[in-house]
Amino acid sequence: MKQNYLAKMLLAFLAVLVWLPALAQTGTITGTVMDTKQQPIIGAAVVVKGTTLGGASDVNGKFRIEGVKPGNVVVQASYLGYRSKTANVTVEAGKTASTIIALEEDVQMLEEAVVIGYGTTQTRDLTGSVTAIPTKSFQQGNFSTPEQMVVGKTPGVRITSNSGAPGAGSTIRIRGGTSLNASNEPLIVLDGVPLEGTGGIAGAGSALSLINPDDIETFTILKDASAAAIYGSRGANGVIIITTKKGKGGDRLRVEVSNGLSVKQVTKTVDMLTADELRAVIEEKGTPGMKTLIAQGTSNTDWQREIYQPGITNNLNIGFSGGIKNLPYRLNFERFDEQGILRTGKLERTGATLNLNPTLLNNRLKVDATARYFNVQNRFADQGAIGGAVTFDPTRPVTIDTGFYNSRYGGYFEWLLPNGNPVLLAPKNPMSVLNQREDVSNVNRFVGNVQLDYNITEVPGLRAVLNLGGDFSNSSGTVFVDSSSAGAYIRRGVNNQYEQQKGSRVMDAYLNYKRDWALHGLDLTGGYSYQYWRTQSPAFPDLSLRGDTISPAAPFPFDEDNALISFYGRAIYKYLDKYLLTATLRADGSSRFNPDGRWGYFPSVAFAWRMMDEDYFRQFKKLSNLKLRLSWGVTGQQDGIANYSYIPNYFRGTPTAQYQFGNGFVPVLRPAGYDANLKWETTMSYNGGIDFGFFNNRLYGTIDLYYKKTSDLLAVIPVAAGTNFSNQVLTNVGEMSNRGAEVSLSWVAIDNKTTNLEFGANVTYNINRIDKLSIIDDPNNPGILTGGIAGGIGNTIQIHSVGFTRAIFYTRTQEYDENGKPIEGKYTDYNGDGIINEKDLVRWKAGPDPTTLFGFYGNGRYKRWNSGFSLRAERGHYIYNNVRSNLGQFRNISGLGYINNIHSDYLNSQFANLQVLSDYYLENANYLRLDNLFIGYNVGQLSKYVNMRVTAMIQNVLVITKYSGIDPEVFGGIDNNIYPRPRVYTVNMNFTF
Amino acid sequence: MKKISFKAIIALLGTSFLLTACLKDLDRSPKYGLNAATVYSDPNNYINVLAKLYAGYSITGNQGPAGDPDISGIDEGFSAYVRVLWNLQELPTDEAVCGWDDPGIPELNFMTWNSVSPFVVAMYNRIFYQIPLCNEFLRYSTDEWMNSKGFSEADKARIRGYANEARFIRALSYYHAMDLFGNVPFVTEENKPGAALPQQISRLELFNFIEAELKAIEGNMQAPRFEYGRADKAAVQALLAKLYLNAEVYTGTPRYSDCITYSNLVIASGYSLEPDYKHLFLADNHTSPEIIFPITYDGMNTRTYGGTTFLVHAAISDSMRPYSQFGTNGGWNGLRTTRALYDKFAADTSDERNTFWTRGHTLDISRVAGRPFEGYGITKWRNVRRDGGPGNDPTRNFVDTDFPMFRLADIYLTYAEATVRGGAGGDAAQALNYVNQLRNRADIAPEAGPLTLDKILDERARELYWEGHRRTDLIRHGKFTGGSYVWPWKGGDSSGVSVPDYLKIYPLPAADLVANPNLRQNTGY
Repeated sequence: MKQNYLAKMLLAFLAVLVWLPALAQTGTITGTVMDTKQQPIIGAAVVVKGTTLGGASDVNGKFRIEGVKPGNVVVQASYLGYRSKTANVTVEAGKTASTIIALEEDVQMLEEAVVIGYGTTQTRDLTGSVTAIPTKSFQQGNFSTPEQMVVGKTPGVRITSNSGAPGAGSTIRIRGGTSLNASNEPLIVLDGVPLEGTGGIAGAGSALSLINPDDIETFTILKDASAAAIYGSRGANGVIIITTKKGKGGDRLRVEVSNGLSVKQVTKTVDMLTADELRAVIEEKGTPGMKTLIAQGTSNTDWQREIYQPGITNNLNIGFSGGIKNLPYRLNFERFDEQGILRTGKLERTGATLNLNPTLLNNRLKVDATARYFNVQNRFADQGAIGGAVTFDPTRPVTIDTGFYNSRYGGYFEWLLPNGNPVLLAPKNPMSVLNQREDVSNVNRFVGNVQLDYNITEVPGLRAVLNLGGDFSNSSGTVFVDSSSAGAYIRRGVNNQYEQQKGSRVMDAYLNYKRDWALHGLDLTGGYSYQYWRTQSPAFPDLSLRGDTISPAAPFPFDEDNALISFYGRAIYKYLDKYLLTATLRADGSSRFNPDGRWGYFPSVAFAWRMMDEDYFRQFKKLSNLKLRLSWGVTGQQDGIANYSYIPNYFRGTPTAQYQFGNGFVPVLRPAGYDANLKWETTMSYNGGIDFGFFNNRLYGTIDLYYKKTSDLLAVIPVAAGTNFSNQVLTNVGEMSNRGAEVSLSWVAIDNKTTNLEFGANVTYNINRIDKLSIIDDPNNPGILTGGIAGGIGNTIQIHSVGFTRAIFYTRTQEYDENGKPIEGKYTDYNGDGIINEKDLVRWKAGPDPTTLFGFYGNGRYKRWNSGFSLRAERGHYIYNNVRSNLGQFRNISGLGYINNIHSDYLNSQFANLQVLSDYYLENANYLRLDNLFIGYNVGQLSKYVNMRVTAMIQNVLVITKYSGIDPEVFGGIDNNIYPRPRVYTVNMNFTF
Repeated sequence: MKKISFKAIIALLGTSFLLTACLKDLDRSPKYGLNAATVYSDPNNYINVLAKLYAGYSITGNQGPAGDPDISGIDEGFSAYVRVLWNLQELPTDEAVCGWDDPGIPELNFMTWNSVSPFVVAMYNRIFYQIPLCNEFLRYSTDEWMNSKGFSEADKARIRGYANEARFIRALSYYHAMDLFGNVPFVTEENKPGAALPQQISRLELFNFIEAELKAIEGNMQAPRFEYGRADKAAVQALLAKLYLNAEVYTGTPRYSDCITYSNLVIASGYSLEPDYKHLFLADNHTSPEIIFPITYDGMNTRTYGGTTFLVHAAISDSMRPYSQFGTNGGWNGLRTTRALYDKFAADTSDERNTFWTRGHTLDISRVAGRPFEGYGITKWRNVRRDGGPGNDPTRNFVDTDFPMFRLADIYLTYAEATVRGGAGGDAAQALNYVNQLRNRADIAPEAGPLTLDKILDERARELYWEGHRRTDLIRHGKFTGGSYVWPWKGGDSSGVSVPDYLKIYPLPAADLVANPNLRQNTGY
């Protein structure tokens, strides 16, 4: 009640100030602002053009403007989402004139409404770097995870699919990522519910993989600190806000049915020796052991063909939308079936989404309630088969039909000892690895929220919003391995299970006051947020197939929780509709930190200048938009920090980690290494940007420059010996920066009734640099080794070094003979001491992260046809080809009871032994990928009620690269046999009723 | 109406605030975990922490065999205390080479290690994992703390006994630190975690600290073999005997008389030689009457990829079939020995301590890495019981065999050597008798005498090879560095070359020099 009174006082005071001089001989205008359905519009801004007079409409849509000079004036009413409209009014001194202004919904404008944290604004009013990607710009295809729909669509965002496995998810980096050890994943907010970040859900590929891509209306990406700072401690890596489709109202029931059918194809396999090449190599150089074994192998098996299949995907969506009286609704059912290209793998998702968004209490209360439920049934193919198929001896058959093999090993060929047991270190038959393992999971997930948006009409422009949401999942899974599987032969199979319950609850409550006056505009938001997470998982023993205990269950279940409490505020001030100032502040308290350092404060300020509205710029007729944006802000990062880690915790060991006292075994209790003063990583960001448009916005775009500096960087560093309960502890020690530029450009080449042709392009340039990594600087310390590789135990290929990009490659310099062949074991001896050791390791010229990203896409429509493509490129980075380095030498053939195939690179290098630290294995990772190509035809009305559209598309059409491995897109820069990304052919049919 | 609804909203907001806003919600602690304050409030928890202090030698973390490591930055199994101790004590000597070329291994074979060599770093980190753990335990075992918690007299007495064991464990790790690294950072229970950076202690001062600690607890330790696996009075005395035997190396001052005194105390503690030498290294060696202080392993309950699991598996090559003779499911094709050790058995190859595996192997090693059949194998460590049956783990991955840190034969030879070196109280005939008891057990002819240092060093090789003593022994006899004694691959040369003296101690890890500016690197590195 007090606020109501205060606000009125303030308003009255302002009114007096403005109107006082004009009070003498003036008239008054009253009127009503309504929409085309004769419903009042509340809070519309009404101004008398050419004056500074104005006001806002009240709960009944009524407004009153006093002190208007007599004469014919033009009154303009405007409201978000509606086209501004004017009315001519004749004012007489001392009298009251009245008018009715009916606003039409502006579809174009609506699309430009942009969600920002805890509210929406219009594109024109944005001060930060925010990109909204609407449905029409999504990539076309059958996707199991929704983020794949926006790959390459916006600068500054790198989305790398983790693999080609069903539901595998992606790694998302916005402007390079700000952390070394904590999370670099952006915060994802689905209809106001922050989704589970790190950790993922047991039995599901990724957290986003359970969201139906078809439900999504827009992705909005908050890139700079001004935009993301409202999310405080979780905003450092940017924020992706996903809004979903809502019921649109109207009486008519609309039904939409779409079905997509896809077939996948493996495009490339690892270039290993063929059976005959392997025979020749062994013939020439093999040990007696190898020769004996190879002589027994008479088959020619291409294991990399055996393990793959053309995976079929089918995606059916049935959506109903409409309104029952005043209750708009949308109900969607989904069924998604995906077969992996790796045999036995599949994902089946069944989901339903219900959205209701009624307006109640005389339009004062807007309710937006969404419930989504998904059930996912996975069967995970054992991805070990991919590496197995690469190395398994091609001279051996898949199966051997003898009584012995049939009874002992399910008929599969395996490497055996004379006594018939499997050879311990030998690879296992990849087909038995796939077929003799059944690893299934069943995941149920519910994500829902109710948002109540109440218009407090006592104070025009004041709203109270309450959002209650939750994200709950319940997963379980079982793993069975036949006791005749060679990999589990000694332990007699596997019969294991797991379960997990995971939940997060969020409550947000905020007040928003938004008022536009003639000269000034104010949008104030202040709120409170509470979020609580809990993960529980019971302990199960490790069992053989028939139930014998291999190792007993842990004595306690897993059960951890954490909470985040926040207060936040935002003020947006607009002057003359040209100068925009936004300031935000968020205070976050996290249960993960010591009570003394638990609260973090994250401010931001941004300024924007709509230069186009200056008279000076209006003279440039070809220019249609020009806006300058500047921002500064601080965001934080707490993901990736373990719960309770500031406490000097003691943990109990497992039953297999006991110690013998006398005749018994005593469970152990261990203190964990800890840093009591662990705190947030904080990232300070600067952003400058220009938005521009030419030729009536037929050509438009943005340019942004940014600099982000993370301090109190969390790094695992060695602690002084004797001072802690581990040799390395996670602590706040370093500094790292990202600086870069982003440009995006869109061009509407043709736009008329029959034809539309649009292109978009974007470029991102990002340079990452580690500025500090230890408490005490030591020039002799090269940095923190990272990037563990296959090949030997304990080898690393990268280093975090001050002054360099993170995880830069750190290798020996290979020397070559006159024919350009690498000389085995010969490396540049940089310090000339005659020994090649760690002192002769040097940093490569590039790291694993691309410095430049390109996206280019186009969409066209001609009459009933439409078509489009999407291209993407990355450059400036390298890949360590660990497949080649680990498998491309003679010694890998082994001959100790089994034969391995080796990489065909051996034919070039002739390396006898592992040379994994050689820069010979670093390869340029630049690539250009044609992600997507589609063509669609709108069949139109099939009958009176049915419309039909057909679209055909290809995903992952083409990759142009010098990289010799399967796929140059390897997050982290170490290529180690990923699940290949297939090419996907899809036909999609869409019916509307 | 308007006002009511407005109030209702405020009330609703307020309520949800109260329901959830409680800032106390930010105080969260592990549901099944404990912290320093709670662990030591219950006298029943102390034995579990004590078990961890011992287990720190045996296993690598809280999850056997791997998955929740004590130290990081290195493969968990690679870094196990006894495994790295063994590697540092054996691989640079005539007794063993390892054929893997994983980082850190060639440096040990060829004595080319430096301050970032992974195994050097891992040993240091394991030692300085054990010491702060013991310090923490001691901080919470004081009478002051126990009185403040109102422990019963019986509990207090029991915990005081544990504290003595913790002091022994700390002294043992400091002994390894002194022997391997010389001058190291020094922390006791006075240094709380995260407080000031530790100061460096000299090898001499550290010797004095270890001696004082062991003497302080000696009288309060429990009687020998009061409970298998735990340190007792004889363990303390055995460590003192070894400390004095090597005192001249550590301090420049010989202490052979004290060595004899403490050897005699151990010998009088009731241990006896295991009748069959080979039984000392089997899955059920916990029944042996000879072992004074073991590090224990169990295929079901104490699992690791280090320790004896490593010693058994890494020594098995693909030629050493059938694996059932070792109680394993296979071998790791890693460890072999050199001609130098084999030659020490040449005088009498019927010596029962001869465990060479020759079939399919060559005696000489033309190249160390990647040639698992060059160099004879050693079959000393096995996971079978005396009755021939395998160890407890049905998968045959993890072994039951315990690692004897101290055993009676070592003390016999310690006595003999101190006597030959002129320690007061030693008796030459008794020394010869002890040596011949070992030779008798090995079923070879007795040594006629007189004993010489060279004879004792060779006897130690035959008796104690592959038990983690060799580097210390060679240093004490002046043969580890320099060119007076070379063996195949010493210094990286197939026939062996002289190496510089600074290699007698290992370097401090570069990472600790960065983390702790109080430290100075050992000479030569």
